[in-house]
Amino acid sequence: MMYYTGIDIGSTAAKIAVLDETGAAIDRFVIPTGWSSRMAAKHIAELLENKGIYVQDTEEHEKNTLVVSTGYGREAVEFADKQVTEITCHAKGAQLLFQKEKAVSVIDVGGQDTKVILVENGLVSDFLMNDKCAAGTGKFIEVMANRLNVDIEEMFELAKAGEPIPISALCTVFAESEVISYIAEGRSREDIASGVIASVANKVATMCKRQRLAEKIVLTGGLSSNSYFAALLSDRLGQPVENSSEGRYAGALGAAMTAKKLGERRSRQRAQVQ
Amino acid sequence: MQKLPDNFETYDEARQRGFLALKELKDKGQRVVGIFCSYVPTELIYAAGAIPVGLCANSEEPIPAGETRLPRNLCPLIKASYGFALTEKCPYFYFSDLVVGETTCDGKKKMFELMNEIKETFVMSLPNSREPREAAVAAWRSEIIRLKEKLEDFYHITITEDQIREAIRLKNRERVAFQTYLELGKLDPPALSGYEMGTKTDASAFTFDINDRIRSFEERTREVLHYWETERKGKTSDRPRIMVTGCPNGGVRDKLLKTIEELGGDIVLIDTCGGIRTQMQKVEETGDVYTALAEKYIDITCSVMSPNAPRFEMMGKLMDEFQVDGVVEVILQACHTFNVEAYNVKRYVTEQKGVPYLGLETDYSQADKGQIATRLGAFLEMLS
Repeated sequence: MMYYTGIDIGSTAAKIAVLDETGAAIDRFVIPTGWSSRMAAKHIAELLENKGIYVQDTEEHEKNTLVVSTGYGREAVEFADKQVTEITCHAKGAQLLFQKEKAVSVIDVGGQDTKVILVENGLVSDFLMNDKCAAGTGKFIEVMANRLNVDIEEMFELAKAGEPIPISALCTVFAESEVISYIAEGRSREDIASGVIASVANKVATMCKRQRLAEKIVLTGGLSSNSYFAALLSDRLGQPVENSSEGRYAGALGAAMTAKKLGERRSRQRAQVQ
Repeated sequence: MQKLPDNFETYDEARQRGFLALKELKDKGQRVVGIFCSYVPTELIYAAGAIPVGLCANSEEPIPAGETRLPRNLCPLIKASYGFALTEKCPYFYFSDLVVGETTCDGKKKMFELMNEIKETFVMSLPNSREPREAAVAAWRSEIIRLKEKLEDFYHITITEDQIREAIRLKNRERVAFQTYLELGKLDPPALSGYEMGTKTDASAFTFDINDRIRSFEERTREVLHYWETERKGKTSDRPRIMVTGCPNGGVRDKLLKTIEELGGDIVLIDTCGGIRTQMQKVEETGDVYTALAEKYIDITCSVMSPNAPRFEMMGKLMDEFQVDGVVEVILQACHTFNVEAYNVKRYVTEQKGVPYLGLETDYSQADKGQIATRLGAFLEMLS
């Protein structure tokens, strides 16, 4: 049995997806990236080995998977057969996760990057990424959640219950000071959380509007399972934004699909040689 | 990736070699005028018996010094150039008798006020519109005459029209040599790297004899053509052909241009002020010299001009001729005119020409190296 493995090492979490020979997704899991993407890659290889998927030849086992790595830590995956950027992978993965359409816009809110990708006829035709700043990314939410002493899920629960107060600073560091002064004023955690999430949604929506958007918009990445966030984006874009509990695996799935294509190309080449 | 010639000289090596050559010339009494922009008609400087040297800084090193007096949120080229002037670390600035600036962008023209405190800086007032044409040409013509008079006063000389006309002929010959070299980018499959083209054109400023420069371009052109004929012709390449446009990119050459080629693209065309677009139009060799110079230079297609339709016409023509598959636009941080115009460039490139476009805003630091590589990687994946 040959497997096709996609490994998406993001700044916060590493996502892994495995396809079988038919292209069916047979496994996926997530681990925290931790401090070193190299260590994470090693750990992933061990976890895969426990499942009978061998990324390298060893004394006991033959390599039985092609691996494509993606995400900011893609270069740390030394055993990868190929490295592909997360933009291409998210586009491919989103095609698999959400029903195939001629054109789809993919919004991926990641730990340190947010991307808006326009996919037409299965190919990336345009993309935008946030500039070197954490506004509009998962990191922004994480920093503010820490300040409010909650985790990210609780942060969203609080936000749902609150009335957003304006967070105007775009810089994460200045926005944190803004949050601190709201705390000092005695504003409720719900309202502050609501303001923080709204500010991220606004920033992401502005980025989306800088690009031609498809009729179908989907949310991938770490916030994909979050219907509340998708609804906020829908509201700002005036267009439905679909989300999915599997959306965080879009990058890994796209990488696994690329691995499968790589395998097909290699066997074609082998056939030609013979 | 296209290989670099065996005797390839990096920009830094050429710059270093230039120091010594310029010092020798200075010791012999050579006149030297520092300039910042392709709008400055260097014909007048040659006619004055002087050598023009470009002072646009490409290095990150002097930026902290520049930021002691300039705002942080300013173009890195301006901060670095001023930083060099302030710290006296740039021999080219040091050797310049006089600096000629121009009112192109707001950042530069206000910086020149400060630079003037360090070394005399003569600022030419460039019209920011070519319309109505007659008025724009007349205004620029009178500024060109003002520069001539300034040079005459400064060096206590008289500049004759014959001297200017001779300089025009010489510069035109140089333009032809530059242009022919840069047109090698049209070859399919490519036979030289865009990184080389960018480096060689920028570094040529450190060869002070214009005839040496012409020879060097002609020689390399012959070499590349021979290589193409014997080793490349008839072969196919699946590497996308990239045009780089936008701001001057010397300060991000390694972070950007080199990365594009390492990741699998071929830069065939660099459409910036240092690239082919300023070489294509020659100066009329007959008629009034000042009008001829004004006509040529006012047509340079920098984004400081508003409106700027000629940039798009030229870009479209070049994209066809060089068979461009993708466009990467480089915006230096806080360059408002290129940054705002980028919206129209993207619209033009994608909608009118049907070619993918990637815009990148960056500065001279290495902080965004990884992010830039990811964007470029994804863009090239998208093209292949």
